[in-house]
Amino acid sequence: MSKVYLALQDNDMSHYIVQAVEEDNPEVTVIYQPAMIRMECEGKLVVNRATVEEKIGREWEIQELQLSLVTLGGNVEEEEDSLTLSWNQ
Amino acid sequence: MSLEIKTSNLEPIRHTYANIARRFGDKPATRYQEATYDAQGTANSHYRPLWNPDKTLNDENYTIIQMEDWYDLKDPRQFYYGAYVQDRARLQDTAEGSYKFFEKRDLVENLGEDVIDAVTFGLLPLRHVEQTANLNYMYGAAYGYGTAITQACLYAGMDRLGMAQYLSRIGLLIDGNSSDSLTQAKNYWMDDEAWQGIRALCEHTLIIKDWFELFIAQSLVMDTFIHVVHYQHLDEWLVENNGRDVAMLTEFMQDCFKDITGWSNSTIKIVVAESDDNKQNCQRWLDKWQEKVVTAYRPLIEKMFSEEQVLIALDDIQTQLAKRCKTVGLSVQTAA
Repeated sequence: MSKVYLALQDNDMSHYIVQAVEEDNPEVTVIYQPAMIRMECEGKLVVNRATVEEKIGREWEIQELQLSLVTLGGNVEEEEDSLTLSWNQ
Repeated sequence: MSLEIKTSNLEPIRHTYANIARRFGDKPATRYQEATYDAQGTANSHYRPLWNPDKTLNDENYTIIQMEDWYDLKDPRQFYYGAYVQDRARLQDTAEGSYKFFEKRDLVENLGEDVIDAVTFGLLPLRHVEQTANLNYMYGAAYGYGTAITQACLYAGMDRLGMAQYLSRIGLLIDGNSSDSLTQAKNYWMDDEAWQGIRALCEHTLIIKDWFELFIAQSLVMDTFIHVVHYQHLDEWLVENNGRDVAMLTEFMQDCFKDITGWSNSTIKIVVAESDDNKQNCQRWLDKWQEKVVTAYRPLIEKMFSEEQVLIALDDIQTQLAKRCKTVGLSVQTAA
C-alpha cells in the first residue's frame, strides 16, 4: 500500500502538531529533515484539532496547519475538527 | 554541459540539550521544553539565605505540598518568556484600540452619574486588590520550586499588574485625567465599611508563608470572587443601566482571567492528583479561605447590588467555585 505523507516546516508550532500526530497515529514515521519534518504513514493519517489544542494549550483551527505546511500526499478530507489524508483503496 | 547538484543530508549530532534529551529523548524539542525543564538551579548554591538559614536558596520545602517531580506542573499554555510576551502584546493591542476608541468618541459622555458612581465604587478600588494579587503571584515565583511553576507565577503576576494599570486608566478616562476618581476610589478602599473586609483579607494573604496555600487562596478562591462580582455581575448591572460601553475597557481583564484560570486549574489538579496528603492540605486551605473570602466579600456585594441581586450573585459565586473545584478534584462547603 502507498504511504500518505505530510511535511511541515521545522518551526516551533510544528512540534506540537507532530506530537499530536504521533499520539493519534501510532504507526506514523517521523523524519526530521533539514528545516522540514516529514510524517509518513501507511494508508491514512489524521490531524485532530482537539489533540493539537491539548498539546499547544490554546484554541487552534485546522486551517492554521497551512502556516507551516510544506507538502502533503494523499486525498485530503478537511473538516472542522480534523484533517485526514488517505488513499482510495 | 549538464550540471548535477548533489545533496547530502547532515544528521545533527544532538537535537536538543542533554537535560531535555534525558526527559523526552533525543529529538527536536519545543522551545517551551528547552526554556523550562530543569532550568532552575538545584545544586551547588554555596550559601543559605541569611534570613532563613534552614532553607536553601531554591528549596522544595517552602510549602508542605510534596511533588515527586515539580516539573509535572506544566503550563498548558506553554508560555515561556517569548510566547507570553507575544500573546500579551496581542491582547494589549486590542485593549489599546478599545481605550483609544472610547476616548476618541467621547463615550464617557454616554455614562450617567449613577454609572460613574458604580464604576468608582465597585471597580476602581479593585486596583488595590489587583496589586495584592500581583504580589501574591510574585511570591509563588520567588518561593516556588521548579521553573515550570515559578515562570508561570511570574507571568500571572505581571498580568495582574497590567489589570491594575488598566483599572487606573478607566479612572482617568471617566474623570478627564484629573485623577479625582482614583482619589475617591482610594478613599472608599481606605474608609468605606463595605471594602474593609476585602482590604483586611488582602493584607492577610500577604503574610501567608506557604506559597501553595497562597496560590489556592488567590488563584482559586479570590480570583473566582473577583471575576464573578466585578466582571460578571457588575458588568450585567452596567449593561442594564446604559453603561454597556464600559465593557470595552474590561475586555482585557476578562481575557486574562480566562487564561489564568485555565492554567491555575491545571496546576492545582496535578498537585491534588499527586497524593492524598496534597489533596487533604489543598482541601483544608480551600475550606479555610473560602470561608474568609465569603465573609470579606459579603458587605461589598450587599452594597453594590439590590437585595435580590445579592442572592443571585452569592449563588453564582458558589456555583462557579464549585465547578472549578470539581475540575481540580476538590469539593466546596455547601453551606455558604
